[in-house]
Amino acid sequence: MTSSSLRVKGLTKRYGDFVALAPTSLDVAKGEFLTLLGPSGSGKTTLLSLIAGLAHPDEGQILVDDSDVTRSPAYDRDIGVVFQNYALFPHMTVEDNIAFPLKMRKIADADARRRTAEALETVRLPYVAKRYPRELSGGQQQRIALARCIVYRPAIILMDEPLGALDKKLRDQMQLEIKRIHRELRTTIIYVTHDQEEAMTMSDRICLMNAGAIEQLGSPEDLYFRPQSVFVADFLGESNLLSATVRQVDAQGLDIVLADQTAPSRAVGNGARFTAGEPIKLMVRPQNLHVGDAASGKLTGRLVDVMISGSMTRLYIAPEKADMPHLVAAYPTRSSAAPYEIGQLVSLGWNSADAVAIRDGRGH
Amino acid sequence: MALAKAPAVESGQLRSVIRSRSRSQAWTWVAMGGPLVLLLVFFLVYPVGQLLVLSITNDSAFTLAPYRQLFASSVYVDVLLITLKISLVTTLVCIVTGYPIAYLISVVGKERKATLLFWVLLSFWTSFLVRAFAWIVLLGRNGVINKLLISLGIISSPASLLYNFGSVLVGMVNALLPLAVLTMLSVMENIDRNLPRAAATLGARPGMAFWKIYFPLSLPGVAAAGIMVFVTAIGFFIVPALLGGRRETMITQLIIDQVQQTLNWGFAGAISVLLLLVVLIVFAAYDRLLGLSTMTGASAPRTAATSRLSSPIQKAGDALLTLLGVISDRIILLSPSRRRDRNPDQAGLGLQAFVWTMLIIISAPTLLMIPLSFGTGGLNWPPQGFTLHWYETVLHSPVWTQAFLRSLLVGLGTGALAMLIGTPAAFLLVRSNIPAKAAWLAFILSPIVVPRMIIAVGLFYVFASMGLVGSAFGLILGHTVVAVPYVVMTMMAVLRNYDTRLDHAAQSLGARPFATLRHITFPILGAGMFSSFLFAFATSFDELTIALFATGGLNATLPKQFWDEVTLQVSPVIAAVSTCLFIFMGLLIFVAERLRRRAGAR
Ligand SMILES: Nc1ncnc2c1ncn2[C@@H]1O[C@H](COP(=O)(O)OP(=O)(O)OP(=O)(O)O)[C@@H](O)[C@H]1O
Ligand SMILES: [Mg+2]
Repeated sequence: MTSSSLRVKGLTKRYGDFVALAPTSLDVAKGEFLTLLGPSGSGKTTLLSLIAGLAHPDEGQILVDDSDVTRSPAYDRDIGVVFQNYALFPHMTVEDNIAFPLKMRKIADADARRRTAEALETVRLPYVAKRYPRELSGGQQQRIALARCIVYRPAIILMDEPLGALDKKLRDQMQLEIKRIHRELRTTIIYVTHDQEEAMTMSDRICLMNAGAIEQLGSPEDLYFRPQSVFVADFLGESNLLSATVRQVDAQGLDIVLADQTAPSRAVGNGARFTAGEPIKLMVRPQNLHVGDAASGKLTGRLVDVMISGSMTRLYIAPEKADMPHLVAAYPTRSSAAPYEIGQLVSLGWNSADAVAIRDGRGH
Repeated sequence: MALAKAPAVESGQLRSVIRSRSRSQAWTWVAMGGPLVLLLVFFLVYPVGQLLVLSITNDSAFTLAPYRQLFASSVYVDVLLITLKISLVTTLVCIVTGYPIAYLISVVGKERKATLLFWVLLSFWTSFLVRAFAWIVLLGRNGVINKLLISLGIISSPASLLYNFGSVLVGMVNALLPLAVLTMLSVMENIDRNLPRAAATLGARPGMAFWKIYFPLSLPGVAAAGIMVFVTAIGFFIVPALLGGRRETMITQLIIDQVQQTLNWGFAGAISVLLLLVVLIVFAAYDRLLGLSTMTGASAPRTAATSRLSSPIQKAGDALLTLLGVISDRIILLSPSRRRDRNPDQAGLGLQAFVWTMLIIISAPTLLMIPLSFGTGGLNWPPQGFTLHWYETVLHSPVWTQAFLRSLLVGLGTGALAMLIGTPAAFLLVRSNIPAKAAWLAFILSPIVVPRMIIAVGLFYVFASMGLVGSAFGLILGHTVVAVPYVVMTMMAVLRNYDTRLDHAAQSLGARPFATLRHITFPILGAGMFSSFLFAFATSFDELTIALFATGGLNATLPKQFWDEVTLQVSPVIAAVSTCLFIFMGLLIFVAERLRRRAGAR
């Protein structure tokens, strides 16, 4: 099975004065599953179309297996693309759609037919071969787009929000399917999604983009537990961010002081270098924020709202200090739990191992 | 819908509710669609029917004499064949040259698109008469082309470029190319730009991606443009009359001769029947091959069951497209200018150069009219001196000013009447569930299909019996018949884009239907309504065929006056009138475009 590595160096794209992609560098290993995640307009599609050769970079280089393809036309790159809106050819049957890349590669008819049938088997839709795309449901079209892409075994596959239009259940199913295909073919996949959960469960690494640049690149655990910026902490999962100052840095972690407090507490770093006296943000995930009524915690606040969202119960708390943002605590819903009352004074605490220090301000 | 949710109502009661409801609904339908149907029945179906009856009766006795005369000698059949030949070649040239123009307009960025579109629209809206006249001047013995060829040393004495097949073809293509471009563009703009890109990522070289993906998807547009151009061309008389010689006489000119010179209604009717028959055969063939539904630009549902092309034809077509793809890619590979790092988002230089050349060719004639209209040296190129004499002549001539006022009056009347009648019908077709919608639509669009000349002659006959000849009112009625299909089509498009939830919102806020229309629907649809009004106005303002018979003398409209002058003599006065008309139309497009943008920005 073919599979290639991809290297992007200083790739830049501008539309007039507007920088859609700031100089971006990225290495993707052979057979890796990399997800591009980021808010709308952050340059994900732009990056993908530059890699695929559908748009022209203003600067930078694209290397596939160490050979420069920056100036190669799309049809010479051997990079497959699954388009967001599927881009199935409406005037061709499903079969002809899937056979199209094989025909372009002048593969003999019999062989092409066999491989088309195989690809249809892979996406579990052998019975729609003779239909036209418009006669398929959204999920089926999606799978055909996938089949058309894997049938010629491109060395790299790019997928732009391929599951965006599907309902939750179908999406879960298709995620498994894509993972299975990835396992079986060992193709390098670059995948774009808006769905954090999807990104976390599917990827080897996640590349979080913001305003045309890479904000952080790392494993899902890295991004979740060791966000390098407030933006990452905020974007990936829910987080409580508290202002604090570094007192002292040692091998195990940091001594910090929360804003407007004097009692020191401990926190773990996110891998960045901190210096004493530096202002930071302290990140505590809602599930790690303990709520008690004793005055044993590190902060006190008033309960503003309680929301039960199925398996989790979430408490919204306004800290006593008026200028601090509201905090969220979450714990598994239990029917026997003592009911909270809105307006009640509660104390908040956390394990220092769950408190992560992040450089204040955006970027690094 | 509300009824379906009321299971508690007893069935008898329910039935009477449905009956009374459907009765009131039927009255609403009649009130909204009735005027249009009546208009078409009285001023399209009846006149054309009259003409057919005239062709087979002689003093109310049945006769086939006109038809015998038609086929007695080869004269008329030859004219028919020439007409078909001119129309066919015009269609082919319009499609082949219009395709790249429409393609480029559909792929370039917003600003360049506006520029390109402006030139196409300018040409589209410039009077057929003005454009044909401009070619007379351009191709004349002392015209630009001859002067240019002589100064380049290609020829030593002026060649006769006018009054032959070539000059007719140039004029016809100039007249109909914008129509072809706009029709194809409406389909191309709906082709997903990701499809050719997807083909590229799947390994298709540019030629292959074009011929196997883009071209088949654009075919409905090509077909629609083809039939529109062909049907318009076959009913044309301005260009062959002004630019053609005896050997380029087209069938419509015969009809004019019969009516104006010999008053032989029976024979005119017989020729009309022949023309109508040819058009109907063309439409029937089109329907068999592609399905008439593709005419509106909607691509036909491509399912195995409904595809009318049998599979061997389809296979052959596919093989042909593959071959074309391979050949194009070979050519692209061979061409030395091929740059490997070509920006995939940019159209090729060759394409751009071609499109601009074509746009210059179709716009230049009218633009060259402007300096000539200020010259003292007649219509010879290059213009000499500077004078406003010709403009003064026009302004001081009651014939011209009257004609202008008349055209303005008729145009405004046509616009108003067409809107009044067409808008409710468009509402009906978009919003209601009247039965046989497709058939109604076909009926409403029939004035576009029936050659204008046949409508004009029929109307002339009917108006003569009603004493409406020469009256502005009659002319307004006639023009409304030909303008109303465009109003209905535009308004239908506008209404389809209109979010009906806004109406529901207004009604839920307590607005009654009329108040909803007044405060919500019309203000939002305003720009769209105004542009369809402008379209109707412009159609009338440039209409010659109906005006040719229905007016005369001081009753003449501007195109009629123009026609009378041009057929009499080619003078700089006409150049001055042309320039005025050109500027007037340019202003109109400008206003319409501004309105369209404002509506789009909302
Ligand atoms: N052809 C274009 N002309 C001008 N600006 C563009 C063009 N294409 C993209 N942009 C701009 O570049 C930025 C990045 O766009 P891009 O499509 O890459 O975003 P994205 O991350 O894919 O967003 P989404 O998640 O909404 O798909 C956007 O601000 C967009 O407006
Ligand atoms: Mg995108």
